[in-house]
Amino acid sequence: MEGVLNQLPIGLSIGAVLLLIALGLTFTFGQMGVINMAHGEFIMAGAYTAYLLQGVGFLIALPAAFVVAGVMGLILERTLIRRFYGRPLDTLLLTWGVSLMLQQLARDLFGAPNVQVASPAWLRGGIGILPYNRLFIMALAAASVLAIWAYMNRTGQGRRMRAVMQNRRLAATSGIDTGRVDQRTFFIGSGLAGVAGVALTLIGPVGPALGTYYIVDAFLVVVAGGLGQLRGAVLAAAGLGLLNSYAEFWSDASLAKVVVFVAIIGFLQIRPQGLFFVRSRALS
Amino acid sequence: MAISEVTVRDAELLAIDEINAAGGVLGKKLEPVVEDGASDWPTFAEKATKLIAQDKVATVFGGWTSASRKAMLPVFEKRKALLWYPVQYEGLESSPYIFYTGATTNQQIVPGLDYLKEKGKKKLFLVGSDYVFPRTANKIIKAYAAANGMEVLGEEYTPLGHTEYSTLVNKIVEAKPDAVFNTLNGDSNVAFFKQLKSTGISADQMPVMSVSVAEEEVKGIGVDNVAGHLVAWNYYQTTDTPANEKFVAAFKAKYGADKVTSDPMEAGYNAVYLWAEAAKKAGTTEVEAVKKAAGGVSLDRPEGKVTIDGDNQHVYKTARIGVVQQDGQIKEVWNSGEPIKPDPYLRTYPWAGGLV
Repeated sequence: MEGVLNQLPIGLSIGAVLLLIALGLTFTFGQMGVINMAHGEFIMAGAYTAYLLQGVGFLIALPAAFVVAGVMGLILERTLIRRFYGRPLDTLLLTWGVSLMLQQLARDLFGAPNVQVASPAWLRGGIGILPYNRLFIMALAAASVLAIWAYMNRTGQGRRMRAVMQNRRLAATSGIDTGRVDQRTFFIGSGLAGVAGVALTLIGPVGPALGTYYIVDAFLVVVAGGLGQLRGAVLAAAGLGLLNSYAEFWSDASLAKVVVFVAIIGFLQIRPQGLFFVRSRALS
Repeated sequence: MAISEVTVRDAELLAIDEINAAGGVLGKKLEPVVEDGASDWPTFAEKATKLIAQDKVATVFGGWTSASRKAMLPVFEKRKALLWYPVQYEGLESSPYIFYTGATTNQQIVPGLDYLKEKGKKKLFLVGSDYVFPRTANKIIKAYAAANGMEVLGEEYTPLGHTEYSTLVNKIVEAKPDAVFNTLNGDSNVAFFKQLKSTGISADQMPVMSVSVAEEEVKGIGVDNVAGHLVAWNYYQTTDTPANEKFVAAFKAKYGADKVTSDPMEAGYNAVYLWAEAAKKAGTTEVEAVKKAAGGVSLDRPEGKVTIDGDNQHVYKTARIGVVQQDGQIKEVWNSGEPIKPDPYLRTYPWAGGLV
């Protein structure tokens, strides 16, 4: 019985991990329609930032990883993706290629084996089944959601971002520099992946393949939650986390994966656009 | 090449260098042709074909996962070429065109279970990645447990590359086993040990016996997370033999002082020497002659004495149980005393009767 109860916080903590890895993607995918397969490698870049900044301080690694991954995203957007807007299949292939190159780069820079990132001392231990590092990830996910919510709803930049997301052409006609908004969105979206990477060093491997372990889950959250929808991402992550947790508890990890996929496919039959979506007249 | 294959290749290249420095084989220098299987089993088969047909190599050293070996097996059998496979594996195989220089189950898993039994660990929990090696290993473990009064409280598999272990750890915590037998593969070990450690369960309370965690993996998992836990292999960097002292020194001299040596690397390194010895004995590198000459070839290697069993083309190996230390090295706490005769089908173990 205790095990069943334990699965509740475990499910929420799985959800927090899913949310963190998907937050950035929900904007780059949602706003710009860019299927960024290299998102996982920005997560990896964040994790390696934490590795390089060991000793300097774990909390300093968070903003540092945001900047590192953000700048990488910005470079990718400026040099490549911007030439491929409106061609989702081409961007998919393009970013997949970039993802492979970044993995190889990591292998060349840091070596093929996983590197060691020790958890900070204040994150060792825990309450019951929930270790402090899981609680930290949940808090970090909550803080990220709040920050994004505030940015989107309380700042001029956020307003412009929402405008572009709702209707790119109309926003452009109203005098919004959509190119600049895209850059910013890509910077923030990729930066969030970096933050997720730092958090993941607490619970998972830090190696060149890190991104590949999380990218599919991240897309699942975005698709189920609805493109560019903050509350959709939060609900989808929590839902998938809990579903995963209980499905695995009552069966096993392989079957739980199947259950999650089937659930998402079934859900998308009913709501093809995800939990939430922007209702707008189809002008194009 | 992924994490571990690279270092096995390095160890094999070192062996080739050493053999060439000592005059080569049958008056000729060995010339390595390196191909990358890209951790992708169809690529392994394709590259093996290329090495045999196009490069016309005398023999091939390589393979990593059981899937890679199974993919290459028909290639070598069809073309009557020779493969030396350097990784511990799930047994139940004996191809006439493969020499197995890593441990089969009775040289690693069975001794690991013997050790747990000796320590009074009666209740086991089995954790593995969802593919052929862990599933076969766990079949053997369950048969052993049934025959030895041990109880298997749980048997869990996770997909390859899985990194979310909180639910599994919760199941283990609830089951309260005396020990965990771990056949997880690769990066999953990192996630598993990190998440197990953060629940505060210590290695003293509940040791985890791993069969795929060696010196190289320890660092990536984080020494703190895995120190005190058990591993089962045939070789450690700390194994105290004159041949090992030489091997470790030579490896560090060639590849860097911070590099470690591990069991699969040593098995790959041995494979080159064993083939060279068999070729010398045969007086030719021709496959059938080498195969014939290989039986009984015996050398003092870093892990101790190894001898090729001509019947199943596996190698007599000494089993060693180790404990992971705070410095990332592994300390041996038990060994089988003498090299164990390889028995890939476990024919000499009565309890394994129903398995094959």
